[in-house]
Amino acid sequence: MTVVDTGAPPAGDAAPSPARRPARRRGILGVLGKNPAGLLFSTPYLAFVLVVFAFPLGFAVWISFHDYFFAAPGADVDRPFVGLDNYTSVLSDPDVRRSFVNIGIFLLINVPLTVLLSLVLATLLNQVVRARTFLRVAFYVPYVTASVAVVGVWLFLFSGNGLVNEVLGPLAPDPPWLINSFWAMPSIAFFVTWKQLGFYILLYLAALQNVPRELYEAAATDGAGRLRTFRSVTVPAVRPATVLVVLLATITGANLFTEPYLLTGGGGPNGASASPVLIMYQRGIEQGSPGVAAAIGVILVLLVLLVAWLQRRFVGGGES
Amino acid sequence: MQRRTRVAAALTAAAGLFTVAACGGDDETSGGGGGEDGGRGDITIWYSNNEAEVAWGQQMVEAWNAENPDEQIEAQEIPAGASSEEVIGAAITAGNAPCLIFNTAPVAVPDFERQGGLVSLSSFDDGENYVEERSGDIAEQYRSPGGEYFQLPWKSNPVMIFYNKDMFAAAGLDPENPPLGTYDEFLATARTLVSSGAAPKAIWPAPTSEFFQNWFDFYPLYAAETGGTALVEDGAATFTDDAGLGVAEFWKTLYDEGLASREAYQGDSFADAQAAMAIVGPWAISVYGENVNWGAVPVPTSAGTPAEETYTFSDAKNIGLYTACENQATAWDVLKFATSEEQDGLLLEMTGQMPVRQDLPGTYPDYFSANPAYEAFGDQAARTVEVPNVPNAVAVWQTLRDAWSQSVIFGEGDVEESLQGAADEIDGLAGQS
Repeated sequence: MTVVDTGAPPAGDAAPSPARRPARRRGILGVLGKNPAGLLFSTPYLAFVLVVFAFPLGFAVWISFHDYFFAAPGADVDRPFVGLDNYTSVLSDPDVRRSFVNIGIFLLINVPLTVLLSLVLATLLNQVVRARTFLRVAFYVPYVTASVAVVGVWLFLFSGNGLVNEVLGPLAPDPPWLINSFWAMPSIAFFVTWKQLGFYILLYLAALQNVPRELYEAAATDGAGRLRTFRSVTVPAVRPATVLVVLLATITGANLFTEPYLLTGGGGPNGASASPVLIMYQRGIEQGSPGVAAAIGVILVLLVLLVAWLQRRFVGGGES
Repeated sequence: MQRRTRVAAALTAAAGLFTVAACGGDDETSGGGGGEDGGRGDITIWYSNNEAEVAWGQQMVEAWNAENPDEQIEAQEIPAGASSEEVIGAAITAGNAPCLIFNTAPVAVPDFERQGGLVSLSSFDDGENYVEERSGDIAEQYRSPGGEYFQLPWKSNPVMIFYNKDMFAAAGLDPENPPLGTYDEFLATARTLVSSGAAPKAIWPAPTSEFFQNWFDFYPLYAAETGGTALVEDGAATFTDDAGLGVAEFWKTLYDEGLASREAYQGDSFADAQAAMAIVGPWAISVYGENVNWGAVPVPTSAGTPAEETYTFSDAKNIGLYTACENQATAWDVLKFATSEEQDGLLLEMTGQMPVRQDLPGTYPDYFSANPAYEAFGDQAARTVEVPNVPNAVAVWQTLRDAWSQSVIFGEGDVEESLQGAADEIDGLAGQS
């Protein structure tokens, strides 16, 4: 027997009146949304964000206004409110100010270089027919290799009697790259650009897959050369990816720690490569002043948000 | 909705920047008490992770456990981390520090004490007596500003100048009586070593910015030059005197003339024959012993102080008893057992490191006669200077290192001005409670 679902309620059910039913559903949907199951699926990540990011964020802001230090459970310690003292201390500390200048230099080199190289290389890789997988892997390997291991290679290359200076001969800087006050930070910026390039190339490769072939065909029909096609078709077509690359490169760059810690022996020479996060580590973990470290963190986040906002304003970022 | 999503994404990304600074713990649960009422039972300990010390630790634990079936020790190597001080600090905050840690750096003790992580050994009835009877006058350096002992002085590695006899011979220098007693002699020897081509560098201390690096260039020479003055005394920096400036000028000359390297060496420059000298403690004997034809002399002074009067940096590691320990009475007994004359003798034999005991050569004459290489270090152990036990000790050393790095290693600015600036800052740091 075939049962035809008419959509009518079973006989005998006390069906809600047509006037009341939509009103109750609106109330539930108002809380849970149109797809309540989505909330269930997103709960673990939401919990993760709250515990791992949101709580530390709020806690760090709280710490930055107190004379805080880590203590044993049950220890009778005083952590008084100190207002803006930590911020005053941070802003009057020449080491901290210098670290912000250092990271500014880093970002000015790293971000444009990352965008340019990853876009050009992704475009070339997208056109390669032979050994495509090998080349993609070759660019990606530095990104997934531990910094500690890769740093060893760069130390070998850029030391006073390293390969780079051997090749450059009299053109090599004196003192050598990583202990040269002028070159230390640019050297780190080049290293980080090279190391992370594989990740950004992947982002661009994904974006390039979505560029309609017709655009290239139209450009070819109009007689556009490769450079003109790149400028007029590829660059505008991957603009959303460019915005993402700029944002990610800025945020990861602002978090710079491992490279100055390992490449230049803890921010040398003479503080020329110290980053704000490295100073946070020194003050917060090594020297037991989490309040000062948190104040540096708050300032850093505000500056990153400002830079991201400026980038969005002048580079773009709204959905086209 | 899209705008909200973007704002949320930006905040989420920004929040990532905070995780370093926001790893706090709560302070709601109770920690252990202090003194001999702390209870008896099983305890946990951590010891260092170098091979020789692990072997010593294991035999010590076996010896104790065999005699104390109701109060067993569970031992493990200190967990890996950026440094043992950071691991211990994190364990204190988390409330899971072991009862005893055999490798507590004296520089970290003021911070651990401030964290409420350490039990005062003075709170035990025989605490003060035990520390002072074992270590003698040198124990005073380990007393906290509040007048108590929060660490047991355990072992030291008095640093001296190791030199490569083969390189010295190749440079035409007398390898058995090297001219290294005064600054002038040392500099002349260094110039000969490098100009002759016998050694790429005369000496190669780490030129990096870590706070502890001044323990292996400036501080031993300052201790020797001043006859045992600590970096900070009575809450004020001491090193802007003629002695400190003389030591700084001595090192600056080495860097300026390329006799010491401004670049960090990846590895051990002395073991790799890239430097003819190194400033190291006796732990290195077992490392260099068979690979390098080495000799050892005290660090130089401006006037050439006799060896038997020369001071140096101790590079000591001590034992801390932590408040997270429930069975503190047992822990105190274990601490005394592990630093008994018998166990100290075994430590000396198995690691070559010097127990911080009174009259070390006289206590273990057989060992020193059988191991003459260690004799000078044993004698030197009686004249060592420790890092000052002051508040903000790590910040104090980082301040000095920054100034040293700027003016001495990289030669930027005036040395005296730079060190005076560091001293002024250190006065403020060390004076804080």
